[in-house]
Order: sequence, then structure tokens, then C-alpha cells
Amino acid sequence: MTQPRIEFRNVSKSFGRNHVLRGIDLSINKGESMVIIGGSGTGKSVLLKCALGLLNPDEGQILIDGRPGSEGSRDAFFARFGMLFQGGALFDSMTVWQNVAFRLLRGKLKRPRDEARAIAIEKLRRVGLKEWVADLYPAELSGGMQKRVGLARAIAAEPEIIFFDEPTTGLDPIMSGVINQLIRDIVTEMGATAMTITHDMSSVRAIADYVAMIHDGKVRWSGPVENMDESGDPYLDQFINARAEGPIEAVR
Amino acid sequence: MTLVSALLAPIGHSTLSMLAAVGRIAIFMARTLSHMLRPPFYGRELLRQLLYIGYFSLPVVGLTAVFTGAALALQIFEGGSRFNAESVVPSIVAIGMVRELGPVLGGLMVAGRVASSIAAELGTMKVTEQIDALVTLSTNPMKYLAVPRVLAATLAMPVLVAVGDAIGIMGGWLVGITKLGLNSAAYMQNTVDFLVSWDVTSGLIKAAVFGFLLALMGCYHGINSGRGAQGVGKATTNAVVSASVLILTANYILTTLFFST
Repeated sequence: MTQPRIEFRNVSKSFGRNHVLRGIDLSINKGESMVIIGGSGTGKSVLLKCALGLLNPDEGQILIDGRPGSEGSRDAFFARFGMLFQGGALFDSMTVWQNVAFRLLRGKLKRPRDEARAIAIEKLRRVGLKEWVADLYPAELSGGMQKRVGLARAIAAEPEIIFFDEPTTGLDPIMSGVINQLIRDIVTEMGATAMTITHDMSSVRAIADYVAMIHDGKVRWSGPVENMDESGDPYLDQFINARAEGPIEAVR
Repeated sequence: MTLVSALLAPIGHSTLSMLAAVGRIAIFMARTLSHMLRPPFYGRELLRQLLYIGYFSLPVVGLTAVFTGAALALQIFEGGSRFNAESVVPSIVAIGMVRELGPVLGGLMVAGRVASSIAAELGTMKVTEQIDALVTLSTNPMKYLAVPRVLAATLAMPVLVAVGDAIGIMGGWLVGITKLGLNSAAYMQNTVDFLVSWDVTSGLIKAAVFGFLLALMGCYHGINSGRGAQGVGKATTNAVVSASVLILTANYILTTLFFST
């Protein structure tokens, strides 16, 4: 049996009396693209932040290549990750290219400024943005362009594991399709392991190899994306078919 | 008993909350200081903050100083004339500016300008996940955001206050020679004769402490900002209020240490 690249073992997390995660068990193998779905407030983002070490789980373990993420140097840990945040999380005070090349301008991966800029422009091209965008500030970009810049920043240091948090939220259907296609292509090209959280079903079908649905703080269903429509699980059926009636209460 | 508990409980609760906040701020300060001493150092960020906190605060500090010095000269002249001591105007303006008014008013004005903007900037960064993004990009937010701001304010404030002191004394001189009929050369000579170096140095030490405190409060409230526009607004207000209170408290403590015999 192969060692999973990311493994969640009985992960629980509460905020006061709000028990967001109640024992998540999930494995993602190397090179796989796992999409986590679930309604708003079901703890998808919390799970992702726990995996990144931005939040500490109350119970359970998160293993990266069989070892707890908290072991060893934080820099070495984060050097393996790329992350696309929901709102882009671009640094307002920096130009687009400085955002993309952030890791390459400081720390252990530091390179000469010209070289870092050239790499940033190449990554921007990879996500469909032209060179003139490089010297703009994030506030001068549209929402779709900001997502692309965020994507370019996530892949700039060629990470082994990439997390995508709601990559298509707030975008029109065409731009959503473009971003989904870019994510799929980049993950395949780089051979990276990807974990995406979303409630956009078009993203799920475009990006996922495997799908896991979180409900009530636990993994309700998981399996290959092609089995999703015939799962027979009433919760998953209600969610993927966007039905108001079903076991998931509309008002939570 | 129940009535007593009901009356005492809120006092106890507020006291505990206040002590917890003091503890959190102390830990934040210790972390900031420890990160100042350990690499990596972000020199470019420090220069950017020196420019923003130092250079761009000059107009605020200068205007505050010139009008304070001018008003001080008028007050001392009026008060001194009651017992024929108009000649003390230059020396008291100078001592008042460099020991007390320069650092305190400069500190309060810079707190209004800088602590608020640091808290708003870092609070917005937190709300928009930019601080989380920094962490995922292998960058410690304390090192990258807090240390350059606190260090820049600590280094820039003495320079700002030194400039403010000179401008404040000039404000007093201007009023002295134009409105109060004092002799220009005698005014300057009097200022130089009565001022000792410790008067100036003590004011500059105060300024460095005030700079440290105001930037620390801006960073602390910004990084710990609540969610949404309301959270950022509250962080900004708290930063200015706590920085101002701390500056006035520290001023009393430092004055006692420096000048009480």
C-alpha cells in the first residue's frame, strides 16, 4: 500500500461550543486532485487551515508523507506548499510581479531581482496574463485577474502540494471555466498533489480525481469523481443536484 | 450575598480581562523584541517604514511644534510679567519644548497618524487573509510586519522630536520678537545658555520609547483585529487610544526616573 501524501486522522476542531470538525479521516495520494465539497459553514476552510498549520486541531493528526506537519522546520514545511486563497490575498503594497515572486525575493529561495521578475512573468504567462500586468498593483486588476495572479503566486516556487480555497467564488461562469481548466492543467503538468475546497459543482467535475463531502463535521462520502452521481447517498445527491428538499437542512 | 456577587462580578470580570490583555501585550512585545535580534532581517521593509513613519510625519510634528512653541511664549510672557520676569521666556520655552511638550505632543500626534494607519493596514491584511498568505509563503508575520514598523518608529521618533524641538523653539522666538518686543539675539543667547544637554537627551530618549509604544500598539491591535470592517475600525480606535494612554503613562514614569531627586 502506498504512503498517502496527506492523511487526516480523526481530526477535530472546535471554536467554543461550535464543534466544526468532529473526527475527519481522509487520505490524498501523491499526484491526486482531491476536491472537498460541503455546504457553507461545514468546516472545509478550517480543515484546509489545519492542514497548512494555520490552525491547530484539538484532536487527531495530520500527516504529510507519514510525518506530522508540525515536525521539523516550518520553512521547509511551507516550501512544499502553494496556496490559492479565496479572495486572492494579494499584497496590496506590492506590484503583481513582486506578489508572484514573493518567495523568490527573500528567504532561502532568494534569487537576483531580474531573475525573480523573469520567473514571475513566465508564471503570469502560464496563467494567461500578459507582461504589462506585471507592473500593475492588485487593486488595478479585475477579480478574475486577481485569481490568476494568486494562482501564479501559488505555483511560482513549484510546490509539491497545492491548496485551492474556493477558486471560482465571485467569478462569472466563463472565468470560472478558465480558472478550473488552468488548475487542472497545472496540477497535471506539475504532478502536484492538490486539495481544493469548493461548493461549485462545475469546479468539482473539472478539477477532481477524487471527491470528499463533509457534513456535520465528518466525511459523509468520499470516492472517485466518476462515482459521485451514482453514490446512492441522499446527502451527496441533494448537494450535487442543488435540491432544497432533502436530509440537509436549508437553514443552518 | 447574591446582590454583592452581582455588584462585584462585573468588576472582577473587567479586572481579569484587563490583566489578560496586559499579559497578551507583554507576550507580543517580548516576541517582537526577540524577532528583532534574530535573522532574517527585512532591510527594505525597514527603509520603507522609516520613510513613511519618519519623513511623512514631519509636517504633522512640525506644525504641532511651531504653534505649541508660539503659544508657550505668549503664556510665559503673560505669566512672567506679573512679577517682572519676562526675560525667562526663552529659557522656559526651550526647556518646556525639549523636555516635555516636544516628545509628548509629537508622540501623541504621531500616534494619531501612525498607530491608526498601522492598525488599519494590518487589520485589513488579516481580514483579507494576507497575513495567512505570508505564513504560507514561509514568512513570519511578526518579523516581516511588526519588527520593521516598531524599529522604524523607535528610530524615527527621536529625529522627528529633535526637528520638532527646533521648530517649537523657533515658534517661541518668532512670537517673542514680533509680538512681545524681545530682542532676537538676546532670545537666542538666552535659549542656548540655559539649555543643558540632558534636557535634550532626556526628551529624545522619551521620544524613542513613545515611538516603540505607538508602533507596538498599532501592530498588536492590527494583527489581532476582529473580522470585517467593524473589527478593523475597532482595532484602529483601540490602537490610538492605548498608544496615547501608554505614552502619557510612560511620560510620567520617565520624568520621575529622570528628574525626581
